[in-house]
Amino acid sequence: MATPTLAAKRRRAALRTLAFMSPWLIGFAVFFAYPLISTVYFSFMHYDGFRSPTWSGGQNWAYVFEHYPLFWPALRNTLWLVVVLVSLRVVFGLGVGLLITKIKTGTGVFRTLFYLPYLAPPVAATMAFAFLLNPGTGPVNSVLEKAGMTAPGWFNDPAWSKPALTLLALWGVGDLMVVFMAALLDVPAEQYEAAQLDGASAWQRFRYVTLPNISPIVMFAVVTGVIQTMQYYAQPLIAGKVASGVIQGAGTQFEPGYPDRSTLTLPQLVYNLGFQRFDYGSACVVALVLFALSMVFTATLMRRRGGLIQAGD
Amino acid sequence: MTQVLEQPVRPAPPLPYGAGRAARRRALLEWVAVHSLGVAAALFFTLPFVFVFLTSLMSDSQALSRDLVPHTWEWGNYRKVLDTPGFLTWWRNTLLYAGLGTALTVVSSVPVAYALAKFRFRGRDLSLMLVISMMMLPPQVVVIPMYLFWAKQLDLSGTLWPLIVPMAFGDAFSVFLLRQFLMTIPNEYVDAAKVDGCGDLRTLLRVVLPMAKPGIAAVALFQFFYAWNDYFGPQIYASENPGAWTLSYGLESFKGAHHTDWNLTMAATVLVMAPVILVFFFAQKAFVEGVTLTGVKG
Repeated sequence: MATPTLAAKRRRAALRTLAFMSPWLIGFAVFFAYPLISTVYFSFMHYDGFRSPTWSGGQNWAYVFEHYPLFWPALRNTLWLVVVLVSLRVVFGLGVGLLITKIKTGTGVFRTLFYLPYLAPPVAATMAFAFLLNPGTGPVNSVLEKAGMTAPGWFNDPAWSKPALTLLALWGVGDLMVVFMAALLDVPAEQYEAAQLDGASAWQRFRYVTLPNISPIVMFAVVTGVIQTMQYYAQPLIAGKVASGVIQGAGTQFEPGYPDRSTLTLPQLVYNLGFQRFDYGSACVVALVLFALSMVFTATLMRRRGGLIQAGD
Repeated sequence: MTQVLEQPVRPAPPLPYGAGRAARRRALLEWVAVHSLGVAAALFFTLPFVFVFLTSLMSDSQALSRDLVPHTWEWGNYRKVLDTPGFLTWWRNTLLYAGLGTALTVVSSVPVAYALAKFRFRGRDLSLMLVISMMMLPPQVVVIPMYLFWAKQLDLSGTLWPLIVPMAFGDAFSVFLLRQFLMTIPNEYVDAAKVDGCGDLRTLLRVVLPMAKPGIAAVALFQFFYAWNDYFGPQIYASENPGAWTLSYGLESFKGAHHTDWNLTMAATVLVMAPVILVFFFAQKAFVEGVTLTGVKG
């Protein structure tokens, strides 16, 4: 058998790689690169889907930043969700993760019960919470009022709608619980024993042994939480729709953000501009803002993770 | 890491030598405190399910009251929901989207993940970075051109195909997760297969895939759940044609049509949640393993 030349071998290896990578290469070109470039293009065009696109210069950009009434409320809400919802979710996830590592009896049952809500489909879970928290007949307010407390308006009150969404997000904390649980079980036991011999209190053990060991995971949870917030769509939209009492059918117009724009998020604006106002150009401007924000945080994640994503052999 | 659910909890550090009754009392107190907290947390996580389920069994008039427990158990509510025109169609569409989409995702993502994990080639690290970027991209960023492409050029709006077809081209999240899993398979297995004269495809199919079953199971579950839960996709592409709606999308219109009947809406909600939870009980291990694989470990 003749030995193939080096060049022939290389060519074969390249072809092989190309063949294995081809599904993703096509997907990357057709469903990522092309639409992304196209989004940039449309952000400079007037386009309503019927008449052919015409050049608009920076008009769409000026419209979104200066005149589109929903943009700044959505951005403010996103900031609120990043600061409050994401951090509470990380703290709560860590707390539940810690709790589950301490539970000695019935551990499997507890773990399953804590994890289940994470699996509830978002639309169904939001529907459930819209019912549980509804001010009229909802069980939560019934109980609160029986206990003599003033019951909040939850999804019907602009001051309480985001806290209600936060509650929904805390209910579905199962993913973070599992991630933290795995990280906590990986902390070397010797370090705890050494700390205990030195007379460290429970808080000191947590502060000086647990936290330093799991801090990369905390960072990971924060950044992925922020990225998920950029995509936050079904829950705030459905909560607003159900609470507003607008009777829905296909194509019913609903101005998102009920009550009082307090549940608006950036993805909802893309839908509102593109599919309700047929202003594809401005929708693309918001899409690019969303893209820029997501990529900033993804870059943070990749730089911070270093050791977490193995670069390969 | 692979057996998070089975992993025993780390035993408590042994009590210091000579610890007597006081220490044992402290341990007991801690046990009580921890488990009381556990019960409180369990109530927080389960009561929403309980109240939703109880309400789904109330009569129409009782559902408008503030009662927490049904006086009469109206199992017929579920019958009514299932008899709603369209409900079974949504169910079928969701199964098609989730089932076919999952199969296509696995078939197209495995070779890509394998190349990223085991081949050496220029541009590999760049490709991986692009995969991660795609994974983090909100679907709304590219939806306008994609919608124009599917609706105006291919005339496929009103169907679920614009959501299913892209899954035949390697889903970024699945590629990443599988790649993470394949990295844990020692290269020696791959090299040994090569020495035995296996080509790349045979090595992948005969040697690597059998070892990658847990990773593939996790990817399949995630993709199935993603499609089952997806609301934005069906809203964009299927909303104009009720015959193509999925459960998540249909549930919202069900609420619209029965806006005061919380009992029926909650029965429908239970019917949308139930399959996911059933699947979880059958595949608990693969699922939790996948959650931990997604980011924590390389």
